[in-house]
Amino acid sequence: MSPAKGVFSADGHVVVVGASLAGLRAAEALRKGGFRGRLTLVGDEPYEPYDRPPLSKQVLSGRVAPESTALPQDSGLDVEWRLGAGAVGLDLAGKRVRLADGQDVSFDRLLIATGTRARPWPNPTEAALDGVITLRGRDDAVRLRGELAAGPRRVLVIGAGFTGSEIASACRSLGLAVTVTERAATPLAGALGGTIGAVAARLQRENGVDLRCGVSVTSLEGDDAGHVRRAHLDDGTTLEIDVAVVALGAQRNTEWLRGSGLGAGPRGVACDAGCRVFDMYGIVTDDVFAAGDVARSPHPLFGFEFLALEHWSNAIEQAEVAAHNMLHAESERRPYLHVPTFWSFQFGVGIKSVGVPPLGEEVVIVQGSTDERRFVAVYGHAGRTVAAVTFDQGKWLEFYLDQIERAAPFPPQYRNVAQPEVRQVLPAEFPDPVVPTEGPMIVRTGHSPTERAWTLLPARGGRA
Amino acid sequence: MNGSAVRIVVDLNRCQGYGQCVFLAPGVFELHGEEALMYDPGPEEAQRLPVVRAAAACPVQAIRVESPDGRA
Repeated sequence: MSPAKGVFSADGHVVVVGASLAGLRAAEALRKGGFRGRLTLVGDEPYEPYDRPPLSKQVLSGRVAPESTALPQDSGLDVEWRLGAGAVGLDLAGKRVRLADGQDVSFDRLLIATGTRARPWPNPTEAALDGVITLRGRDDAVRLRGELAAGPRRVLVIGAGFTGSEIASACRSLGLAVTVTERAATPLAGALGGTIGAVAARLQRENGVDLRCGVSVTSLEGDDAGHVRRAHLDDGTTLEIDVAVVALGAQRNTEWLRGSGLGAGPRGVACDAGCRVFDMYGIVTDDVFAAGDVARSPHPLFGFEFLALEHWSNAIEQAEVAAHNMLHAESERRPYLHVPTFWSFQFGVGIKSVGVPPLGEEVVIVQGSTDERRFVAVYGHAGRTVAAVTFDQGKWLEFYLDQIERAAPFPPQYRNVAQPEVRQVLPAEFPDPVVPTEGPMIVRTGHSPTERAWTLLPARGGRA
Repeated sequence: MNGSAVRIVVDLNRCQGYGQCVFLAPGVFELHGEEALMYDPGPEEAQRLPVVRAAAACPVQAIRVESPDGRA
């Protein structure tokens, strides 16, 4: 039985698994919401919560030390930190989390905020070569920074999602030769579609990136000392390199929930719009909540599609909703209605977005021009505005947020500042979702609960 | 724990590149191009006052500053 609200707020024990942005903001929101009981934060890294976006930007360029990225936190948070030993198991009936150091932590309510990790290079032998690096955490940034500071002849970035593109940008700002490979036709294809991705491609090339789209790296080759020196591509070319950054997107950290009875798997932890986690039968649990990159929940604005959002603002806002709902009875619970937003800075350009671009089939430039790299692109789905993306025009996004929330018609009918003479509606050119691309940032992970349809995806990785 | 005296985080969804912080704490905030704000999230103690002023002056209130010791 869940404790009554007053009793729980005074004497309950909340365990938050995952000590990054979502976990920290949830802890703060619990305290602000009046929770006076025990609060434990479990994290697999030995560090207090730190901010990840600088790791692929000012940390790589050498401007900021990796260890100075710690996030501000409310003073007097009164948290028991369990850092350096992540959760490895969950006993739902016994309400206990098992940690990597063999200890158990019992809870009254649990928040799952274990996020994602970088998808590793698929060949473990090649992945173990010196100079082959993924970037997700602080330790990764320290390693990559060391490799870049050593003056490599050429850096290879495998995957032109946001992380890969930002790493390429940092390499160019350091004056390093960099090649970027991408399986899709353009960079950022999974997040922005190929039409806007083509603008990002021009931006990369103008800044001296050797960008190669429509190709895959088939193997990485090391020297006698075990350091990566060559990359072989599926178009037959070989690159001489000293660093290979693997930027192939993220994997959700749900393995520790295997066998727990929760509805958790590679696509994330399924929860309702109030962040309450489903068990494996699709029944909502009373005392287990999820927030951040690892959570996938139905979004009423987008047809109750289950979305998993790998965004900074999602981690904060979903954590706040989860914390509120952990402290309140049914009638006072809040839905998570946040419209996704994100930003990326690369090659001196600010790319920002509101809504869910991958839901759009069509895109139209409504302000500015792609040639000048200053524009607003609006995405449409079924005659509705579902997203807007800006290059160096972030100030307009609030207006488009409002349009998205009102389900405004697409293509837009109103006149704009700096409107192009001809408004041409173009296909958005998102890759087939069955074909994996790098770092889509928004993952449509399921169907609507009102639509009893199943889609069978082809097995990957050579399974018959 | 890290040794930074001041901790900063900027909500870059909210930031619109007004650049007030760049004028008030030039050692901490800098704009790359028109709206790509790069900043030092853990500057030295000597930057505390400029950073607090920058946070107060931000037109969209996107800067959060705190100190591990509860000041700021």
